[in-house]
Amino acid sequence: MSRRQLILNALLLLAACALPLVVSDYRVFQFNLVLVYAIALLGLNLLTGYNGQISLGHGAFYAIGAYCAAILMDKYGVPYWATLPVAGAVCLLAGFLFGLPALRLEGLYLALATFALGVSLPALLKYHHLEKWTGGVQGIVIAKPDPPFGLPINSDQWLYYFTLAVAIVMFVLAWNLLRGRVGRALVAIRDNHIATEAMGVNNAMFKSLAFGVSAMYTGVAGALGAIAIQYVAPDSFNIFLSIVFLVGIVIGGLASISGAIYGALFIQFVPNIADDISKAAPWAIFGIFLLGFVYVMPMGIAGAVRMGLARLQRKAQNK
Amino acid sequence: MDALLHQVLAGLATGGIYASLALALVMIYQATHLVNFAQGELAMFATYFAWSLINAGVPYWPAFLLTVIFAFVLGVVIERVIIRPVENAPVLAVVVVFIALLVILNSVTGWIFSYTIKTFPSPFPAEPIFGKYMSAHEAGAIGVTLVVLLLLYAFFRFTPLGLAMRAAAQNPDSARLVGIRVGWMLALGWGLAAAIGGIAGMMVAPIVYLDPNMMGGVLLYAFAAALVGGVDNPGGAVLGGFMVGVLENVLGAFVIGNELKLAVALVLIIGVLVVKPSGFFGKVFVTRV
Repeated sequence: MSRRQLILNALLLLAACALPLVVSDYRVFQFNLVLVYAIALLGLNLLTGYNGQISLGHGAFYAIGAYCAAILMDKYGVPYWATLPVAGAVCLLAGFLFGLPALRLEGLYLALATFALGVSLPALLKYHHLEKWTGGVQGIVIAKPDPPFGLPINSDQWLYYFTLAVAIVMFVLAWNLLRGRVGRALVAIRDNHIATEAMGVNNAMFKSLAFGVSAMYTGVAGALGAIAIQYVAPDSFNIFLSIVFLVGIVIGGLASISGAIYGALFIQFVPNIADDISKAAPWAIFGIFLLGFVYVMPMGIAGAVRMGLARLQRKAQNK
Repeated sequence: MDALLHQVLAGLATGGIYASLALALVMIYQATHLVNFAQGELAMFATYFAWSLINAGVPYWPAFLLTVIFAFVLGVVIERVIIRPVENAPVLAVVVVFIALLVILNSVTGWIFSYTIKTFPSPFPAEPIFGKYMSAHEAGAIGVTLVVLLLLYAFFRFTPLGLAMRAAAQNPDSARLVGIRVGWMLALGWGLAAAIGGIAGMMVAPIVYLDPNMMGGVLLYAFAAALVGGVDNPGGAVLGGFMVGVLENVLGAFVIGNELKLAVALVLIIGVLVVKPSGFFGKVFVTRV
């Protein structure tokens, strides 16, 4: 990271920390969800953006993470912060296992298989033999955690800081993972898997690992989301959730870490604005934006920002 | 035994609908090697068109015909305007465009017609035929599927246009050299697929009722059917549709219960893709490095 980037990130972090002190509780809740989505999008971007494996079913891993947290808190009285590692581990395993058959599927077919996963998961969550744990159609209601150590903030603000801390850890981890050997291998597999194999990279290993890690990120996000919303139910994890994630990474920017944040802001706030027009409007706008970005701005917002900055820099140098 | 027979026959009826939609998927796959994720929403949109015609007082069969024409034109226009620019783009871009189409069609329908569930009439009499085993609508749906299949077969086998479309799908470069307008053949393929999907939508709507999300499950079964039959084999896809329909009904009724019916599709899709990616009747392709 260059010095300027470091300063920029520090400023951003400062702004993120100051945010809950200046906006209303409802906005704090919304920004909390932005952070949650950012983690999920980062996970999907690891897989689809960097590794080139298309997933149309990441809502399923988000749901698994959310249910892990909810079941642990509701049935076993586990504190909320302790559910995150469990949700992450379960999703890592689930993603890795799903990634194994996915190794044999390329491009379109993987999209198909994950699409099927995304469509059929709500039905699985409603399955009556699992009702003992999942609560069936009704879902599970969980309690909102109070701020610890008698901190002078309310629970919305505390949850925001908690999510922010988790998000920072996850982003730093991802940044570390992607800038080194592993990141290079993932991108190389995406661009030319045969040449990569010839270079001695274990394709199968890296691809299923990418699936696992990606699912883990999304699962942790799911757990955080469940804690923030205090409620899980099968129908909130339908195929459209997976599609929302796809919208997020395409609009935020594929194969870009900062893209996850732009994408999260987009999927959280644009529907809010569009909802005033009609119940159907958010989705129409999502669809139109998707088309527009594929045709005009395939690198997403992150790519546009990068290009704009580069142009400014050139101008400054030419002076 | 009685119950089993009943489930098998009901499965054949829904299977016919899956078969139609699977056929539409295979047609687009053959021409472009793409799987159209928006096929279900296209069918749903066409069915809403039929619903508004019927509500406006148009008798069923003229409305049916008008809907087929409407779906055909819609398919052609979508191919020309939306799919054309990404024809040679990476897979991810194409998938994103299909998903965009899916959500746009879905939300536009919700916007125009609202999300409340509507009933859709069946053109067939209400009283059951074949004793108590099968409703007339189920039998009619199977009949319609078979007629569509026969017409398609005749079209591709005996007409010059059908030959040109097959040529364009099989070898675009050579087809272009002998003067076939490959781009338009693809658009025609999309139109035909959309029309078939529209028919499937009108056949399934009396069973699942009309709402913007009605095709989600049906599309999944159609994917499974297309894959079971071999995604490049229209006959196989139809057979696959009937197989999936029967399997879904029998398993749902006797083995796993109705809640897990969709999981059958998931398991079938992943199972076939992993164990036998070319399906039971498809061609095996070998790629050379």
